[in-house]
Amino acid sequence: MAGNTAVAASPGTIPGPGGRPGAIALSVLRPVLRFAGVVPFTVYVLAGLLAPTVAVAVGAFQDSVTGKFTLSNARIATHGIYLEGFRQSIELSLLSAIIPGVLGLLVAYAIHTARRASVLRRIAITASGVFANFGGVPLAFLFIASLGTTGIVTGWLKDLGFNIYAGHFSLFTFTGVLLAYMYFQIPLMVLVILPALEGLRPAWREAAENMGARTWQYWRYVGGPVLAPAFLGCLLLLFGSAFAAYATANAMTAGALALTPIQIGTFLNGNVLAGQQNVGKALGLGMVIIIAVVMIVYTMLQRRAARWLQ
Amino acid sequence: MAAVAGTERADQAAVPPGTARRRRSRPPAWRWIILVIAGAYFLIPLYAALRFAGFKAFPSVLHQSGFTGALALSVRLAVITTVITLVLMVPTTVYVHLRLPRLRRLLEAVTILPIVIPPVVLIVGVLQISPGSLKSSANLLALEYVVLAMPFAYRSIDAGLRALDLRTLVDASNSLGAGWPSTLWRVILPNLRTAMLSATVLTIALVLGEYTMASLDLYQTFPVWIVNFEQTSGPVSVASSLLALFVTWLFLMVIATLGSRRAARTGGSQATLFSVVRRDTGGTR
Repeated sequence: MAGNTAVAASPGTIPGPGGRPGAIALSVLRPVLRFAGVVPFTVYVLAGLLAPTVAVAVGAFQDSVTGKFTLSNARIATHGIYLEGFRQSIELSLLSAIIPGVLGLLVAYAIHTARRASVLRRIAITASGVFANFGGVPLAFLFIASLGTTGIVTGWLKDLGFNIYAGHFSLFTFTGVLLAYMYFQIPLMVLVILPALEGLRPAWREAAENMGARTWQYWRYVGGPVLAPAFLGCLLLLFGSAFAAYATANAMTAGALALTPIQIGTFLNGNVLAGQQNVGKALGLGMVIIIAVVMIVYTMLQRRAARWLQ
Repeated sequence: MAAVAGTERADQAAVPPGTARRRRSRPPAWRWIILVIAGAYFLIPLYAALRFAGFKAFPSVLHQSGFTGALALSVRLAVITTVITLVLMVPTTVYVHLRLPRLRRLLEAVTILPIVIPPVVLIVGVLQISPGSLKSSANLLALEYVVLAMPFAYRSIDAGLRALDLRTLVDASNSLGAGWPSTLWRVILPNLRTAMLSATVLTIALVLGEYTMASLDLYQTFPVWIVNFEQTSGPVSVASSLLALFVTWLFLMVIATLGSRRAARTGGSQATLFSVVRRDTGGTR
């Protein structure tokens, strides 16, 4: 343990040849120079991520034609069909964070308990990497081919006596989109929760068992509390991912479902009333604000999780 | 310093990570139930799509109009994105690990942003602020894909670095007289091969599948072509998206296999995708 502190106390100060002239100037410059290594990355993030976001935020308060300051974009974006879009987006994202989150945790744990080098584990982890990036029209195809009106699973269920299209179900509505979102949300959950599961040390379980704890007691008093902050953090990440998803819903419902990302897309495609282009930016700003709130909660939870897993 | 590193090594030799993990090797039944259900949920739609496309559609994918052009564009974007991502992220992550470990949490928070900032919003802003010369070029997409790839690239590289005893490696290299460029190129990079490979594959998977930005920027990349071609021939369109999925998966499998074989040989820990083997006595916190 003493070794740890010694290493941590010298975070990379390579002792250079001191005592030369100019050493004083160097000692002033050194704190600045230390950050030189992160300059390219910082510049890239500023230009590629921050500047566009700021541009959207500024545009949200500008008149589409004159460019003067106005609140009318924000007013339009928070009323009527756009308000409904936000409501449905949030609802869809919440559901497609919680349901795949729980299922993904179970799958991740099942993978985690497999032997480290087993083929099953390798297939499951790589598949998660692929499916987490899957989406859009190909995903829509998969679900139309299996659960559409003439889909294979629909046919199987009909043979068993269940006609899922007898009721209100349709693949091209809220439920259908939710079902499709799970296809990339569960793998994403597996990817992000696995490191936290790896952090549960076997020694804790053994200690608990030595003191006579049952399995449920271990999870109730040891594993659960340790895992909880990381789990909640992952849920928030899933929320953000579902909230940002555009291609899948767009392909499945052809814009019929009121979701904010799709509404923003229509502004870019130009299918809007003249003079309202900047309403799309106000919608974008709204999304960023919602995400910002989510992110703040996320970082707070991450900090707690990190403290537990130190 | 060397002594400190030495005791750390000894600690690890005494308690190698991952062994004695599960004393009881009773495979619980629930595990199989979950894996079977998950397998069904993920495989049945694939099977349905395969049947819809029919095997005849696969060979004909290659000579559809626009296929080569769209694929070439996507591959070009993938190459540019991967090169920039690696050149940007590897030195930054190594540098932060070595010199500014306190910035690691910040870097983690920043690199998670592109997952949650909607690409729709990002492309609106990008199209507004980018200079005209860049706007009329598909390379703009590649530059933005670097941002989208950051979460995956950073996490892969970070996982790879955590599995290394970076400080000892660097100190040993420096004491043998190697300068920084030489240390980075000949010591750190070879040790990060697996991590960089998985970062590369994840980046390529992302670029080959990205639809939102490409379609709104009006470029016919591979995913956009798949959508547009659906009106011409549904089965061919489905077949090509399945093909893309399987090829990426195969790539990842190869890399994971190579990675674990190498880890088994060197006795080191394994870093695939997001999963890291925790080390109880990590030097850089």
